[in-house]
Amino acid sequence: MSERDGTVVSPDTTGELRQETMVINMGPQHPSTHGVLRLLLELDGETVIDCAPIVGYLHTGIEKNVEYRTWQQGVTFVTRADYLSSFFNELGYCLAVEKLLGVEAPPRAQVLRILFCEMNRIASHLVWLATSGLELGAVSVMLYGFREREIILDIFEAATGLRMNHAYIRIGGVVMDLPEGSVDRIRDFLEVMPKRIGEYERLLSGNPIWIARNRGVGVLPAADALPLGVTGPTLRASGVARDVRRDEPYSGYDEYAFEVITREDGDCYARFEVRIEEMKESLAIVEQCLDRLREAGPVMVEDPKVRWPAQLEVGPDGIGNSMAYVTHIMEESMEALIHHFKMVTEGVSVPSGEVYVPVESPRGELGYYVVSDGGHRPYRVKIRDPSFVNLQAVPLMVRGGLVADTIAAIASVDPVMGGVDR
Amino acid sequence: MTPAELADRVRTRFPDVTVGRDDVTVVVGREELLETLETFRADLGLDSLSSVTATDWPGREPRFWVAYELYANEQHHRMRVKVALSEGDARIPSVTGAFPTADWHERETFDFYGIVFEGHPDLRRILLPEGWEGWPLRKTEELGGVDTRFHGALIPPVDRRST
Repeated sequence: MSERDGTVVSPDTTGELRQETMVINMGPQHPSTHGVLRLLLELDGETVIDCAPIVGYLHTGIEKNVEYRTWQQGVTFVTRADYLSSFFNELGYCLAVEKLLGVEAPPRAQVLRILFCEMNRIASHLVWLATSGLELGAVSVMLYGFREREIILDIFEAATGLRMNHAYIRIGGVVMDLPEGSVDRIRDFLEVMPKRIGEYERLLSGNPIWIARNRGVGVLPAADALPLGVTGPTLRASGVARDVRRDEPYSGYDEYAFEVITREDGDCYARFEVRIEEMKESLAIVEQCLDRLREAGPVMVEDPKVRWPAQLEVGPDGIGNSMAYVTHIMEESMEALIHHFKMVTEGVSVPSGEVYVPVESPRGELGYYVVSDGGHRPYRVKIRDPSFVNLQAVPLMVRGGLVADTIAAIASVDPVMGGVDR
Repeated sequence: MTPAELADRVRTRFPDVTVGRDDVTVVVGREELLETLETFRADLGLDSLSSVTATDWPGREPRFWVAYELYANEQHHRMRVKVALSEGDARIPSVTGAFPTADWHERETFDFYGIVFEGHPDLRRILLPEGWEGWPLRKTEELGGVDTRFHGALIPPVDRRST
């Protein structure tokens, strides 16, 4: 029974049309909700009257787990939070720990960090493009998006050993330098990718169906987005030029030339345009990274109290420990062996204190609030995940729209539930 | 504004201000929290709330600290406001009126620590199931886990190992 318009209609006595609203669940297992997101929708026919996102289905207790591991092990946990932006989680965590330690990664490590983060941003935006396309019926875009992402993942795999959850960025630098041939592969990618982005635009930008499904849909004015804490492409598509990379530069972002992309409309189409343009900006940053990589140098701090003691090198069996190093600790130096043992089992010791470090992930401000009590384990690691915060704006975007537009709106926020639920 | 300048700006009114690793932290009582946030918004441009969370220090008095990460959209500086809460009285006013984004942050902090945000429009668990008992991120809660058999030995879960 509905009490909207102030009239109560009872079907039993008047015989008129029933005016009931319907409450339905969309998700948590639904092909169009980007992972295990559940939306409680109140519908009047096809019109969404209200929407309540329900989260937590992917909660794995990462923040609690990290408190029971060494500082170095923390990297391998946080990388699994927002699994589509692994490098950003690793970077945010490591920058926070490094700030507590008072150390800074060497220049080459910082370049590598930015290189991988920007490649990761492209890969993440490609997944967004692919899944959004699929959800709105543009299946070819899905195939193209995953095709190009595969090139990036191959580069990641060659450098880090893993396609996702890399644990490549470590406290004090990165785990190892690029393997041979990586720069050429990245150059090939830089060669091919602009053309591919052009393909996406030719497929979608002028496409009447794409425009009809996105333009004017899921509108979020800046005046609503800011109080709700929305960040990232979703905020920039509402006309607010906020980007942590430019506003609070970290890892040397202030030395790179790139544009902060904004659009004024605040609708799904604006978010589409922002992400497409951001991929081009990321390509430009990667290009600049490659130029800086011509200068050789260490990729990890020298301080033995911070750096991971093992040295990796590719042996005949693939990746492994450096034989020279193994000989050193096993046969030459007792002190080196003790140091190795302590660093591996107990880990780095971090002076007590607390820091909050934000980085600009593909979804917005990814913040790490890290507290140390001076011990060998993190006392508290709080992940301020941008998807978690941005999801709060979804009800505002979908109220008054159609059910089908809800799909477009969620897709345009690009939430990753691994990050939301942690 | 540099962190030191920021701290100097507020020191007369908020003597409990520290700068550590370039992070500015202001400690206030919970009864002054809402007023403090409004003052900072008006005087320092701190118009965004990035995050709300807590830490648990069992055996200490006060036991809980709630931390608010503030950010200035125009000037791009940050400040942390912290409030101490005692174990028997873990209540704090909700800031959802001033910062709507606090809604889910406060629900999460309630979910993990059992800290009650008074005046919150809908204070329910958010990440854990509704029927969950306990406050999992309190230090007194076990991590959980099972023994693992490895080469004939039983390895206890990580929070029950001796190291």
